[in-house]
This record gives sequence, structure tokens and C-alpha cells, in this order.
Amino acid sequence: MEIKILGTGCSKCEKLEKNLNKALKELNIDATIEKIDDLVELVSYGVMSTPGFVVNDEVKSVGKALSVKEIKKILTT
Amino acid sequence: MSVFSWLNAQLLKMQWLWYLVEQLVVKVFRLSMESRIGESVHFFIYDVIKIFILLSVMIFAISYIQSYFPPERTKRLLGGIKGIKGNILGGILGILTPFCSCSSIPIFIGFISAGLPLGATFSFLISSPMVDLAAFMLLISTFGVKIGIAYVVTGILIAIVGGVIIEKMKMEEYVESYVWGVEAGETELEEMTPKDRIEFAKGEVKDIFGRVWPYILIGVGIGAGIHNWIPQSIIEKVLGSGNPFSVLIATFIGVPIYADIFGTIPIAEALVAKGVGIGTVVAFMMGVTTMSLPSLVMLSKVIKPKLLGTFIVLVSIGIIIVGYGLNAFSALLM
Repeated sequence: MEIKILGTGCSKCEKLEKNLNKALKELNIDATIEKIDDLVELVSYGVMSTPGFVVNDEVKSVGKALSVKEIKKILTT
Repeated sequence: MSVFSWLNAQLLKMQWLWYLVEQLVVKVFRLSMESRIGESVHFFIYDVIKIFILLSVMIFAISYIQSYFPPERTKRLLGGIKGIKGNILGGILGILTPFCSCSSIPIFIGFISAGLPLGATFSFLISSPMVDLAAFMLLISTFGVKIGIAYVVTGILIAIVGGVIIEKMKMEEYVESYVWGVEAGETELEEMTPKDRIEFAKGEVKDIFGRVWPYILIGVGIGAGIHNWIPQSIIEKVLGSGNPFSVLIATFIGVPIYADIFGTIPIAEALVAKGVGIGTVVAFMMGVTTMSLPSLVMLSKVIKPKLLGTFIVLVSIGIIIVGYGLNAFSALLM
């Protein structure tokens, strides 16, 4: 699984990353996490409110520090 | 007393709280309300609690409304609308779209690369930080309904006129060229459920609160200091209505400073109590929130110096006109 967090170091992005790590650990999933702070790439995903949450190149959520529960739901459905 | 003025007095001005804090200061701290210390302590405690309560309630309500207007959707709403209508809509959507200074650049690139007119994009970028709905409510609480409305209306006007002028000046070539080449993606966002919106609103309250509470404490502290320790004559000389340069001074002090709008309102309140014109104070607030060194540095990554300079000059002139205008009509507004 390829997961990308799109964002430029806002507080929500850090929180999302923390929750993501927790969710991955709890689900025992192996995934590569890439943090993208290049604004051009952000926009090319159609994301303008950070953080963007991208799984396998598909935007799953924008502008939201997803909770561990929400991340688990996204990753398992 | 009409129901409305009672609601305003108790809910927005929180007279009950004023009274409770007075009891605390007099009975518990044993300070006289007539003394400077007593007054300062009262101002500080009352204002901090009032702003904290109002802010939490209002950010929640406003974020709920804003959850209907994420920038991704605003971009679609603005697409295909030409001319001044785009500027008007851009100015209004600027208020309704949740704004964080960290997302202004992605929004700029996203709008431009989606083919939105430069002018409408700037109308949006000016009104987003300048006109804040929570600040609107705080202004009503502090200075009354008319000032609150004047703040929103003049803010949108600056955004519309500024955007129209930038459009007419045909400044597209002063946008960094890479911006035009960006292939903007479209994200289909799932429609949020009411529960999602409540969660979003709660998150916003937490997020904004965590970010702005130090500014509020500092702002109220400065306000309390101005309120009781700086002689009226000095403030009147520099910023009072007798000084024809007062609005200019307030704008130029306000522009480079970055502070949160919620931190500037208690300072504004104290200044007005000292005889400073309401227009001067609104100009200061708009200057502080709309332009600051960090946000200008960010903007300079996407636009060239000439457009950046035009933006700064247009917005400054707009703020100055609003300042003098509100001062001229302050008798009607207060």
C-alpha cells in the first residue's frame, strides 16, 4: 500500500501522520508513507486544503486530521 | 428593552460575566474597581473569559456552515463565472471558505491553474483573511451591530474593487510562470453527513483555539495596559481623531505585524475607549490580518514583485479609505 500525506507542515498534517502510524501499527499493515510538501504536486491531486490523504494515488480526504478510527476505516474498505 | 438588545447585552456583551468578575475582583481580590489595578485585573479576566466563550461557540457554528464550502468546491462554484460577478462571488466565498494561511498558496495555484480569472482569485484571497465571521460577531459584541456590518461590507468591497483593478491591469504575466503549467486535478469529495460536519466543526474549534489563545492573552494584556496605564492624551495625540494621519499610522503599524484577529479586538476596544476613532481601529485590524510579512513572503513564491507590490498598494489604499470613511461616519455607526 502506498500512502501519501499532502501538506506543508501545518499542525493538522502532523497529527494526521501520527494517527496514521498508529492505525498502521494496530492494523499490522505494511505501507510506504510519503510526505509531500511540494505545492504543485498538491494541486495536481486537486487538493487545496491541507492535509490531503492519498492512498494508492486516490485522494481519500482533504483538510482533515483524520482520527485513528477513520484512517482504519479508509484502509480496510 | 427589546428582546434583541437584551440578547445582545447578555449573550454577546455578557453583562452577567462583567458583574461576576466585578464580584471576584472586589470581594475575593479585595481590589477597588476605582483603582487602576482593580480595573486592569477586571478588564483582563472579563475579556479573556468573554472572548474564549464567544470564540468557542462561534467557531463551532461558523465552521459548521463553512464545511459546505471547502476550497475544492469554491473552485468549482467560481469556475465559468466571468467579469465582476466572479469578483463579487470570490469576495463572498472568501468569507465562507475555511481559511488557514498555510493553504492560501495551494488555493492560489489551484484557482489559477483551473482557469479562474486572476481578479476573482485575488478578490477571494483578499476577503479570506480580511473578513472573518467570528471577528464579525466579536465586533458586534464589543462595538455594536452597525460596526460589525460596516466591517464585513467594507471588507468585501475592498476585495471586489481590488480584484477588479488587478483584472483590468492585465497582470497575468506577473504570475510565476510555473503556476500556469500546473495540471490541476479534480477531487470528487464525498458529501459530508451532519455528523461529519459536527466533527469538522469540533476539530476547527480545537485547532483554532490551540493556535490563537496566546494571541488573545497578549492582546487582552496589551488592551488592559492601554486601558488603564497609558495616558489618554498620548494616545489621542498619535491615533486620535484630531490627528489627520491617525488612520495612516494605524495601517502602517498594522500591515507588517502578524497577529490573530481575535488578539487585536481587545486592543481595539481599549483604543476606542481612549478616544481613538472606530475607523482607525478597523483599519488597524484589517492591516494586521490581511497582510503580514509571513503571508507576503509566501505570496512572493507564486507572484512576481510587480503584482505583489500592486496587491500591497491596492489593499493598503482600500484599508486607508475604509478607515477615514468609517471615522467620518462614526457618529452614525456608534
